[in-house]
Formats: sequence, structure tokens, C-alpha cells
Amino acid sequence: MKKFPYTPLQIAVHVYAWSVFVMLVFDFFMGNLSPNPIQDLEQRTGRHALTLLVLSLLCTPLNSIFKWSEPLKRRRALGLYSFMYATIHMIIFADLDFGLAWSLLIQEVAAKPRLIVGVIAFVLFIPLAVTSFDIWKVRLGKNWKRLHRLVYLIAPLVLLHYLWSKKGDILSLQGEVIKPLIYGLVIGIFLLIRIPPIRKALASFSSRVLALPFKKNQQPRVNTP
Amino acid sequence: MSHLYKSVPVRSYEITPKETYLSRRDFIKAASLTAGAAMLTACAPSVADAVEEAGPVPTSDGTDELGDKVNSYEDITNYNNYYEFTVDKQAVAESARGFSTTPWTLEVGGLVTTPKIFGIEDLLKLFPQEERIYRLRCVEAWSMVIPWEGFSLASLLNMVTPTSDAKYVRFETVYRPDEMPGQKSPFYPWPYQEGLRLDEAMNDLTLLATGLYGEPNVPQNGAPIRLVVPWKYGFKSIKSIVKIELTAEEPETMWSTIASNEYGFYANVNPSVDHPRWSQASERRIGEFERRPTLPFNGYGEQVASLYEGMDLSLYY
Repeated sequence: MKKFPYTPLQIAVHVYAWSVFVMLVFDFFMGNLSPNPIQDLEQRTGRHALTLLVLSLLCTPLNSIFKWSEPLKRRRALGLYSFMYATIHMIIFADLDFGLAWSLLIQEVAAKPRLIVGVIAFVLFIPLAVTSFDIWKVRLGKNWKRLHRLVYLIAPLVLLHYLWSKKGDILSLQGEVIKPLIYGLVIGIFLLIRIPPIRKALASFSSRVLALPFKKNQQPRVNTP
Repeated sequence: MSHLYKSVPVRSYEITPKETYLSRRDFIKAASLTAGAAMLTACAPSVADAVEEAGPVPTSDGTDELGDKVNSYEDITNYNNYYEFTVDKQAVAESARGFSTTPWTLEVGGLVTTPKIFGIEDLLKLFPQEERIYRLRCVEAWSMVIPWEGFSLASLLNMVTPTSDAKYVRFETVYRPDEMPGQKSPFYPWPYQEGLRLDEAMNDLTLLATGLYGEPNVPQNGAPIRLVVPWKYGFKSIKSIVKIELTAEEPETMWSTIASNEYGFYANVNPSVDHPRWSQASERRIGEFERRPTLPFNGYGEQVASLYEGMDLSLYY
């Protein structure tokens, strides 16, 4: 008998990514969206794009620190799903929300730092999505890795966009700051543990702790950013 | 509108029990779920129509003076900004269920000759309740048309006679963290407080609302008594008021305490003064698809623009 070709992690990633889309479509047709449905769609697609982006940032540390290499193979799917939701988010904003009234749109974006930051993050995201295929990886060689490090800029920009969409003041910890704070903390940690000395310290610590139970399953380390 | 509150019993056949009302919604949803499998697109409008019928109907013809239809009771009571309960607008109704509004007292004091404490039932007896259909423009750039019931704040203030030193009016929401889970959050300077200049407070448009759609206020809409200042952004219209105080100095308001660069004391609806987060040039009326332009003073300029003559409204936002 043929071996089942999909791993549990792989299934989980795809099911999770699509579940939000299915819920959106379901709620749309069932009339379950909020009385302000366009804003509801905007917020949900945006939040999901951010969540998926954060998850894609988790893949590398899982490998470099815990020697679990499978997430590296799922990273591209997570990143592309994130881009997909970001694209839907942008289309809803420009089309449903502003009815493609470009002059009004440009005026609106230019006036709002949170929108400027969001648009910049999206524009930077495009080349990463376009070059996510193997052929580009080969074509760009070393530069591919350099290019994809842009995510270290994109993630904080998206976070800022999210934070500024909430009422309140993060510096004085007043207002609606809990969720942005949590996302910020997680992103901060995921970026910090990439810094070589921190990464090495954590890796040697985890290999000592995990040495016994995991020795048999240890997989060779895959070298990717 | 003497049928408000407990003073006059509402005949029971006039009320649809909440269980029936809610189970009806479940039924509609379940029914369209089945139907939806067969004709997915066709069921969307029918669900919306059915839900709109669920609420009570307004007593007058149901439009504001500009000819815009009032929003459904369903939307008005299920899309609320009331951070004392939760920041999730759709979850406020559920979180506020069971919030006790009787007994309720409103303390009116400060720079007045005869400070008084009113029970909510006194207020309903003392002041005739009238219907006022007002537009509500949220600072988040959405809006509704709401058929309030209540009485003018001026009539209450006249009863306690402000002294000549009184220049401002300060309002305070009840502080009851056990019943209002949002008030346990350390990220907000509770209790909610708001303020008006005395002439704004005395303007005939300024309403103390005790009801909605011909029924007593529900907790998520600020029961039992709330302010409605229709030419200002919604956050000025403070809910569940327990204290009104006349002062000589401009009072602090909660949102300007949190972010004074974004929320000013005046907060007049003004399409030409922008907010860093939301467009104030246009808005989305709940229930409509396209944005509509925002009107200066939310369309009440004729009645209130004179209050701000000579003031630079981009400075006093």
C-alpha cells in the first residue's frame, strides 16, 4: 500500500489557513457578519494575514533551536497564505470600502500613517510572494535569502499598522492595547531568537535538555534563513 | 411616552419574550442553513430582512429630518461601543445582559443652587419623554439613525439652577467592575467621564435618553439613562450616568486623557478636521454599502454652529 503522502503538520497548516476563508464565506452568506460587514471583513482578513505571517516566522527557530526541520518545508505555504489574506484585505479596502475611488483612496492613505505603513508592508511583501517558487530560489542564489530577509521589516510594519488601528496609546499602556501587545511580544521573541549568540545559546540548551528522548529521531539540520 | 419603565406596567402581550425572540433567530439561521446548501447566494438578503423585522417598530414614521430611515432595533442593540463591558462591539449585548438598572440614582450637583439626587423613576415622572430621531456618528467612521426617547438635559439643569460660576458640565458613568468586566482592565482610567460646555448642555438638541424604539433603554445602549449629543462623535454621548456635576473648569474626558492628540474636548463631527486613524470626510451608514459624505456638525449645523462662532475648530477639535 502507498504511504499517505501528507504529514499531520502539513494538513494542519492548510486546514487552518483555509478555515478562516471558509468561515468568512459562511458568515457572509449566513448574514453572520457584524452590522458593519465591510469593516468586519477587513479586520478579519488583516488579523489572519498577521497571524499567518507570525507563524511563518516561527519555522526557522523551530529548526535552529529544536532541530525540528519539518516546519521549514511549511514556511512557504504559511507565507503565501499570509500574502493571500493580505491581498484580499487590500482588495476589500480599495474596492468594497472605497469603491475604487482612487483619488479619495490616495488622499485617505496619504493622510493616515497607519495606512501608509500598511501599504508599504504590502508592497514589500509582493516580491517575496513572487519569488517564493523554487525556480526563483535557484535564479537568485544568495540574493534570494537576502531578499527574503525583508520579512524582518515587514512583520514590524504590519504590527505597527495593527497597533495604530486600535484606539489607545501604547506608550502609556492606555486603551485597546492588549492584542497588539501580545502580537508584538511574540514577533519580538521570534526575531530575537534569530540573533546568532542567542540562537546558539538556546540551541545548546535545548539539545542538552532534549538529548535523551529525541536522540533517535534527530534529523540533519537544513540550512535556510 | 408614559409606558416607559416600571411606573406603568407594560401589558405582557405587547412583549415578545426574549427566548422566543432569540429562538426565532436561531430558527431563521437553521432554516437558511438548510436552504443555503441548495441556494447559497439567494439566502443572504432574506436573512437580513427577517432579522430586521424582529425588533419593535418606531412610533413615528421612522425617518430623520433628512429623510434617512432609522436603523433596525437589531443593529442598534447589537453593535455597540461600550468598553465597560467589552471592546467587541457585537459581544456587548451578551456581556451586558443582566446588568441591573434598578434601583438607579442620578446625582446632580456641583455649582448649582439646589443639588438633587433623582431616582430614575422620578426623572421619568418629572419630565415628559419625547421621541427624537437622531443621527449617531461614531469617530470610527460609521453611523446610524436612532429613534431615542428622553428629555432635554436643559430641563434637568434648569431644575437645579446652575450658579453664575458654572461654565461646564461633567458626566460620570457608573463604576461597577463586578458587573462590568471591562472596568477591571488596567488600561483605561475608569470610570468613564465626559463633559460639555454649559451652552452646549443647554442646547435643545442635547438629550438625556431613557429609551429607544419606544422601549426602555437596554444595558448595551446605556440603560437606564444616557446622554445623546447628536452633533458630536458618539463617544461624547456617555452611557449609564450616575453623576452630573456643574464646574467652572473644563472637565477631563476619558478619551482625551488616554490620547489627547486624537480626542479633544469638543469632538464636533467635522469632515474637515481629520483624525489620525479614521477618515472623518466620509462614513458608512450601517446597513448601506457605499460610503456617504460626513456632514459638518453631523447635519445639525443650523442649530449648533453658532455655539462655536469665532473658534478655530481645527484647534478645538
